[in-house]
Formats: sequence, structure tokens, C-alpha cells
Amino acid sequence: MPHMTMIEAIRDAHDIAMDRDERVVVFGEDVGFFGGVFRCTAGLQKKYGATRCFDTPISELGIVGTAIGMAANDMRPVVEVQFADYMYPAYDQLVSEAARLRYRSAGEFTCPIVVRMPTGGGIFGAQTHSQSPEALFTHVAGLKTVVPSTPADAKGLLLAAIEDPDPVIFLEPKRIYNGPFDGHHDRPLVGWKKHELGEVPEGHTPVPLGKAALRAEGDDLTIVTYGTMVHVALGVVAGAGLSADVIDLRTLVPLDIDAVVASVKRTGRCLVLHEATLTSGFGAELAAQVQEACFYHLEAPVKRVAGWDTPYPHAGEWDYFPGPERLLRNIEALLEA
Amino acid sequence: MTHPLRLHVPEPTLRPGDSPDFSGVPIPKAGSVRRPPVDADPEDIRDLAFTIIRVMARNGQAVGDWAPDIDDDELRTGLRHMMLLREYDARMLMAQRQGKSSFYMQHLGEEAISCGFRRELAEGDMNFPTYRQAGLLIADDYPMLLMMNQVYSNEGDTVHGRQLPVFYSSKDHGFFSISGNLATQYPQAVGWAMASAIKGATNIAAAWIGDGSTAENDFHAGLVFASTYKAPVVLNIVNNQWAISTFQGIARGGSGTFAARGHGFGIPALRVDGNDYLAVRAVARWAAQRARANLGPTLIEYVTYRVAGHSTSDDPSAYRPKEEGSAWPLGDPILRLRDHLIARGAWSEERHTQAEAEIRAEVIATQKEAEAIGTLTSGRLPSPAHMFEDVFEAPTPHLVRQRHEMGV
Repeated sequence: MPHMTMIEAIRDAHDIAMDRDERVVVFGEDVGFFGGVFRCTAGLQKKYGATRCFDTPISELGIVGTAIGMAANDMRPVVEVQFADYMYPAYDQLVSEAARLRYRSAGEFTCPIVVRMPTGGGIFGAQTHSQSPEALFTHVAGLKTVVPSTPADAKGLLLAAIEDPDPVIFLEPKRIYNGPFDGHHDRPLVGWKKHELGEVPEGHTPVPLGKAALRAEGDDLTIVTYGTMVHVALGVVAGAGLSADVIDLRTLVPLDIDAVVASVKRTGRCLVLHEATLTSGFGAELAAQVQEACFYHLEAPVKRVAGWDTPYPHAGEWDYFPGPERLLRNIEALLEA
Repeated sequence: MTHPLRLHVPEPTLRPGDSPDFSGVPIPKAGSVRRPPVDADPEDIRDLAFTIIRVMARNGQAVGDWAPDIDDDELRTGLRHMMLLREYDARMLMAQRQGKSSFYMQHLGEEAISCGFRRELAEGDMNFPTYRQAGLLIADDYPMLLMMNQVYSNEGDTVHGRQLPVFYSSKDHGFFSISGNLATQYPQAVGWAMASAIKGATNIAAAWIGDGSTAENDFHAGLVFASTYKAPVVLNIVNNQWAISTFQGIARGGSGTFAARGHGFGIPALRVDGNDYLAVRAVARWAAQRARANLGPTLIEYVTYRVAGHSTSDDPSAYRPKEEGSAWPLGDPILRLRDHLIARGAWSEERHTQAEAEIRAEVIATQKEAEAIGTLTSGRLPSPAHMFEDVFEAPTPHLVRQRHEMGV
């Protein structure tokens, strides 16, 4: 299998989807000629023409709103919001329109769109280029939310999202576009091309939505996470020689709660890890579901490790980021509890 | 008879590898556009949104109705502001390349707009700037040391390293905290101006936006509120031709000019040569007078060119001809004002060269001072404890808990 960066894998998924289905159209700010500020759509305009891959005015509302209209007219729009931090003008279109169109028309009109957006911090992007707003989507009935952590999953989940009959929010952790980031920002990054998780199957290889992946296996605790934090968790588990299940959710809605419950019932300890702010984060939902399903198997309360409840600071990036040190401290406390 | 429909996707005329050619861009002669009275009916001056108001002729002379009455000292000060901004940009760009900061955004070619505009405002007026109007601070004598501290996110940064470099904030200097999300501050400027009117104060506001961001709904909301309430606000659009890789035709659509967007709202609109310091001052003065006289908002489009990349994260050679900046027909704002001052006998080549050297030394000295405090990667950074402050006025229990957990 070839190795790809996550960017190349996302590009590959677009290419395959556009080649297979001429209803797939791709648009957003800078995605046409330039191929996106992260280059995820590079080459698509040249290959498929400007009516299937094009630049838009800077209006996230316009991008998502027109995507909904196109979807209602039998197209399969895959749109990019340049940073997840820029999605707020589109929020009304997502929450009040995309998410409910099927429901309010009893299936007469549907909304098969994919809204891609780079998410998360770790690039010194400060408050406007670092947010992780996944919980703002998972809270909305009618939206599916995906967060890949490897190039293969980015490709496979994006293909599945494009083929899904409903609106899918596709959050791309920008810190791991080029290589898995274990949270040690002072060490050189190992690129995907030289990493075992950088292998990407060729061709049309969708990864079904709603299935978690077990990234490490162990007996003492279960770490439930997604996106960039999968690699932080793997780094800490390996570095400290822990015996832990590391569950990569991959899809938050629909949630593979069965995989989580099976693991927690076996290990008896559960730590939920995400980069987004703690309060009302997706970790709260996970903690609630785990205690509902596993209460009598738990040896200790479910632990959440997350970003602090502040805006994402610039200079204090690594104080904010729930990195290896904070994670290990909390794991040790959980194991002793 | 029916025809299959087809989608129109605008394209710039030139891409990398093409030779820059602006011969199709009509540039009216300096002095050729009339200056209407500030209480002119917007209907009677619609043509001013489709031309370019210019003051400085090729020979450096200031000509026409719009030529503002500004004395030699003030003009030399204006030239100094632009030269300071350019030198500041050059030093901060280099510092970013050396890893001393994470990010930088230059003004190259656009210096006249923010430097000139600021001089037509009064103390207590408020700008709602984008990330490319640092001239508003420099032309108001904001300490450059504080600007550098912000870029370096060091201990001397007044916003404690929280914001991306160039996202300054200074209430005292009429510079509203920069958001970074595009266009969001356009309606806020209108609201600030409405508050002035409600209170019976005398201060006006200025909104700032780029050509690309006029596509955001915030822009349109700002215009309708400004129009409805005749808010004392100057609505600025800096059309520097490029929104990262996207040429201005994508945001402009079929409207002809960005200035013409004002017409649908009954807002008088001017289109001005943004590289002509005198023209910038003249239109800013006209618009500020209107606002102060309770005549309401003015929309101004500054026609300019973003010579540098969008930011240090951008490589413009991937999407536009390399030589486009030097071929831009409206010239370099600094050289144009220099030539004007020389033409009026208030400046010389020698004085200019000397001023360049002095300004360079001054900026380098300030830079050393800033770096002695710290840069993003060395020296004294803001305390991590600042992270938990100012989320609210008083810290809530959960923030206190988290701060203790972090051990600061």
C-alpha cells in the first residue's frame, strides 16, 4: 500500500468520488485554482473543470447555503470551510436547514452534503485558527460528525461521508495533516510517509461511519478519544509502558458506543480525552453514556481530560493543549483511584 | 426553444507565467473627478463609485477639486508614517522568518490608506480595523515597542500573548481589538457610531474590510443598519485585488465596483486611488465631515494592490504573475508622496535617503528593545496564569479550579 499524507489522502478521496459520480461538486474559499490553503483540493479544478471545483466568495453562509440548494437538486456538494473557526456564519444553515430538511419534508427533500473543515490547534493559530467545535455539531439532531486520525481513515471516511444520504460534518485535525503528532512539540515530527499509520489503500475504499477503531490494546484502562489526541494517547501509553485500550472513535455521530462499553467493562477504568474545551464538550456525552452502561463495572469515576475553558491562547498554546504531561498525570490518578 | 443552462465561474485574466497587463484597467487622470459638497444627494453622485478619485499627477503635482489643504510639515509627517510602517513590516517579516514569531502580515503597497485615514480622525473616534491597518496606530504615534511586543507575544504584550501577531488592540488610540474572523467588526463599527449618536457625543467610527470579505453577511448587515439609522460611520473597503488566492472578481460579481454596493442602501460611495496619500486624506476628510454633520455613512473603496503575500503562510507565486505588483499602475504610495513633496520644494532625494537610514536605525533600536524582553521562542513570555484571566471579569469557580489544576 502506498503511504500518503492526510492531505494527499483527502485529495485522493475527492478525486475518486468526482470520478465515480459526476454529481460531486467541490467548492469553497481558495479551493479552485489554488487547491485550498492546505492544498486538499489541489489539481481537482484542472482535472474536472471549473464548474465542478471552484472558488467562492468569502461567505461561509453562502457556501453551505448553496450546497444545501444543490443537494436538493440532486448534486453531491463537498464544501470546505477554510477553518472550523470560520464556520459560525454558516451555523444557521447547518442547524436550521441542513440538519432538518429531511425531517421537515418527510424525506421529500434531502441534504447529502459534506462540510469539511480543518479543526484543532497545535499550529500557533490562536483563537481564530485553533478551535475544536465538534460538540456544537454533535448536539444538533440530524448532523453526522466525523473526525479522522489517519490518512487511510481520512480517505475512507470522506468517501463514506460523500456517499452518505445525509449531511456530514467532516473535521480534519490540521495538526496531523502531515504526520501524527504525539504532543511533544519540541521533537521533530515524523511524517506520515515514514509512519506505519501512513499507509492508504488504493482505489474506492470507504470506511463505514459509526465504527470505532482500537488503536492499542491493554487491560488497565480505556482511553476514548479521536483526532489529534489519538496520537497523544498512543504516545503516552507507549512512552509510559501502560496497558491500555486506546479507542479512536472516528465518528462521533453516529457513535460506536458498543466498542467503548465492551472495553470499559473489561478494564474498569475510562479516561475521555479531547482538545476542545471541557465544559459541555463531547467528553461529557461519553462520560454520561459510559457511566449509564458500565456503572457496576467501573473501578473509578470516568475521567475527562480536555482543553481548559478559555479561548485558545497564542503564546500559551502548550499550556492550553492537553498534552502528554497532563494526560499522564490524569492517567496515573485514575489508575490509583 | 430551450438551451441547457451553464454555470458562470469568473476567472482572473492572468495567472502565473502570464505577463502582467493592466492596460484594461481604466485610470482617470489626477484631478479629473469633481468634489461634490458633503451634503450632496447620494443619487447625484453615483458616478463617483465608478471612477477613481486621484490627486497626485505623474509629475508629483497635486491637482483638482480633491487636492486637500495640508501643510508641508504634516505631509512630511505622513511620509514618515508610511516609511516607518514599511520598515516595521520588513523587520517583523524577517523576525518571523527567523522563528521569533509565528506569523506576520505586511502592508506593502497599502501604506497610504491606514496612515492617511488616521490623520483625518479626531481623538476619541474609533476604528474597527482588519489585520492590514497598522498604519492607524503608527500615524497616531502608538509606541512601536508595544506593537513589536504583541508580534513577539512577549511579556510586554498588552494582551498577554493571547492573540495572533498583528492583532493589536488600543482603546486609547481608537483601535478596536482585532477579531481575525473576517467582516465581523463591520456592523460593530456601525453600532459604536449609533451609540455616539444616541448619547449625543461627537465621536465617529470607521469600519474596515477587504474586497473579499465584503461577501460576508456581516458587511451587508452593517450597511443596512448604517443606512437605516444614518450612523456617523465611515465604511471603508480596501480593495487590494486579492483575497489570498481569490481575485476580487469572485467577491465583486457583476456589480462593477465594490463602492457601488453602497448604492442599493442609499449610501454615498466614493472610489479612490488607495496609493495616493493626498486622495486618501481628501476622501477620508469628506466622509468624516459628513458623519460629524449628522449626514450619515459614506462608503469608500480604496483601489490598491496587495504586493506581498496574504500572510507569511501564503505563497502568491502559485496563483498570480510574479511581476504583477511592480506593474500595478497606481505606483508606490511612498514614492508618490516623496515625489509630490519634492515637486512642491519641501523634500529632496537626499533628505529621503537620509530619512530612510534614520527610520531603519530607529526601528532596529526598538526591535532590540522588544527582543530584550522576549520573542515567542526566547526571553520573557506572558505568565501562563494570564490564560485564565479575562474570560470573565471575575473568574468563575470552574476556571479557578482549572487554574489550580495547571499549577499557576
